[in-house]
Amino acid sequence: MKNGFTVFLASFFVLGSSWTAFVLGSAIQLGHEKQTTVLNGSDAYPVQRAGEATLGLQVYRASGCAACHTEQVQQNGMACDVILTAAGKNAAAVSNLVAKLKLSDLSEEEAAATADKITAAGGKVETRIIATGGDIARGWGIRHSVAADYLYDYPVQLGSLRVGPDLGAIGVRMADVNLQLQHLYAPKSVNAASAMPPFRFLFEVRKVGTVRSPEALNLPKEFAPADGYEVVPKPEARQLVAYLLSLRADVPLYEAPFTPATPKK
Amino acid sequence: MNVNEKSNAADVSPGQIDASCRVPLLALFGGAALWLVVGLVLALIASIKFHQPEFLVNCSLLTYGRVQAAANDLILYGFAIPAGLGVMLWIFARLSQAELILPLVPVVAANIWHAGVFIGLVAILIGETSGFAWLEFPRASFALMLAAFILIALSAAGTFGQRRERELYPSHWFLLAALLWFPWIYSTANIFLLIWPVRGVAQAVINWWYVNNLIFVWLTLVGLGVAFYFLPKLGGKPLHSRFYAQFAFWTLTLFGTFLGIPQGAPVPAWFPAASTLASVLLIIPLIAVAIIFVKTVCGAGANCKGGPFCQVKFGTVVFLLSGLMLIAISCPHFSQITRYTWFETAQTQLQIFGFFAIVILAGANEILPRIMASALPFPKFVRVQHWCFMLGTLLLVGSLAVSGIEQGLNNYSFATALPALRISTLGLFLLLIGSLLFAANVFVMTIKWKLGLAKVVFTTVTAPLKTAEVKS
Repeated sequence: MKNGFTVFLASFFVLGSSWTAFVLGSAIQLGHEKQTTVLNGSDAYPVQRAGEATLGLQVYRASGCAACHTEQVQQNGMACDVILTAAGKNAAAVSNLVAKLKLSDLSEEEAAATADKITAAGGKVETRIIATGGDIARGWGIRHSVAADYLYDYPVQLGSLRVGPDLGAIGVRMADVNLQLQHLYAPKSVNAASAMPPFRFLFEVRKVGTVRSPEALNLPKEFAPADGYEVVPKPEARQLVAYLLSLRADVPLYEAPFTPATPKK
Repeated sequence: MNVNEKSNAADVSPGQIDASCRVPLLALFGGAALWLVVGLVLALIASIKFHQPEFLVNCSLLTYGRVQAAANDLILYGFAIPAGLGVMLWIFARLSQAELILPLVPVVAANIWHAGVFIGLVAILIGETSGFAWLEFPRASFALMLAAFILIALSAAGTFGQRRERELYPSHWFLLAALLWFPWIYSTANIFLLIWPVRGVAQAVINWWYVNNLIFVWLTLVGLGVAFYFLPKLGGKPLHSRFYAQFAFWTLTLFGTFLGIPQGAPVPAWFPAASTLASVLLIIPLIAVAIIFVKTVCGAGANCKGGPFCQVKFGTVVFLLSGLMLIAISCPHFSQITRYTWFETAQTQLQIFGFFAIVILAGANEILPRIMASALPFPKFVRVQHWCFMLGTLLLVGSLAVSGIEQGLNNYSFATALPALRISTLGLFLLLIGSLLFAANVFVMTIKWKLGLAKVVFTTVTAPLKTAEVKS
């Protein structure tokens, strides 16, 4: 290593190897990703976020929400539940068999074996796949986030620090627009322990006109403005909420399978 | 290679070399000191919000997400990189035993760089951030800062080309690789994320790759390059040894650059797997650096006593710690707890403040009196500043690490992390005091020098014409 040029050339190749792998590799493998379909279905996924939600992503970016929130639900694995849907002709034998078997928290192979046994006895079963892991247990999502969830986003803000909860499926967890708006204006009015700073600059506090604006927030007494005033969300607040509600990650995909809850008949 | 540069007969004297670096280094260090102070003030504002969420809450410019990002970027781009470049230029000139060539170029470049940082700061505060972590500055800043870096690199490379000792010293490898690597990663990240953005989650992969390569690899290349120069120079014992240094350099650049993609990221599994493998292998360069450090420092005759030698030693040990922390957070078992917590922030802060800032500030305080050919205005500040940085980093990193583990063990509950997190404010406060002391030295020195210049100009202009000239 006596020559400057040798060092330069050698570092070029050594340093360049990670560039080739991570930059070129990701651009080739992920940069041409296409819309797919939902598992066992024909619905396209993902679809472009609605206009207001797309604008909301920019409010999310500008306000630096990603400093405290991640948008990636984690999953450790999955478990299968076997559910008896019909006992068939030989109901007593099937229910005896079912009582002896372990039906929940099974691996895929175990679930298949169990299902076979019950089917052999004449019962009808359904196997459900459930994602497992800390985030799922916390109720932060139904399945883990996958690359497809962010296909149309710019910028993709996965975040790296969870000062607040993960927002990967906030649209499922807190689907009420008014509650979301109230939470942005006065987080403590929704969750007394919240450490989130209030985003009051996304709202306008103004004198009530002849009638109260239909958009005005219904705030609890201690968070409400003085009498004769109302809190009205600015467009940015509405856009941000539209974006938050669009964060769902609630459809099964090939790389993230689960059995969606079926509406009870 | 003789690090102590006993100049040969008829060569440029060390005094001339130092003088040639004066203006460029003042421009780089002055801006760096200013941004360090501003950055720490913003970091303090962000931190106070954890004591009082209502603090400055109605000002959209100072909402947490913006202030925190601005503080991070000011400390990294405003302080760390230009200060590192300043020390680097001087080392290149000294190792080459030649005056800095084109000294005006880095002066102009430093001002362009700082202008880029200023534009970036304003952009973040008004909400024009790019949204990518550690790359929040807009495209205008990118153009300015890339141009400025290349200009400074040209001056450094030109000075390197003029070297009298043809054989390279180990610091050369680290610093040359840093000169090459920054424009590469910085332009890659900006082009693929801001100018022609790639699709979907590939943005996240490139962002993670960039952040790791800037904060871990680039800061390490510069910090170690500087440490490997100052440790033997101040300790009076040659670097042990070329072989180990070479080994550390190649393994570090080869493995270190592959880190950064976190476990469980929503990307194809080979990305995080490659990062985890690289993080395990990272132990190899860390061991090599530890051997170099022990064999160079032990038995060095230098009197430590909190002087610059002691400070560079401290910084190098912290580098080893920061590297170990990085391995820990990449290892699957431990990352189950630390993932998405303050623990990861603690590692970054340790790398920036505990290792890089301490080594570079020790170098800057050592260089300043030489380039100005006069003692520091407040020589006693240097030790106080170092203590502020040591204790401040300890409090900051310690409290963040503890609150991170609390968070990880308690369902990311903010309440359990809060008590430890609040101590970090004190750490930032100490760092701010330290940075003010550094800024005081730099600014008073600059002002004195400018007044001196003004005086020379004034006396030349107002000098009475010689009577001989009038008469003729």
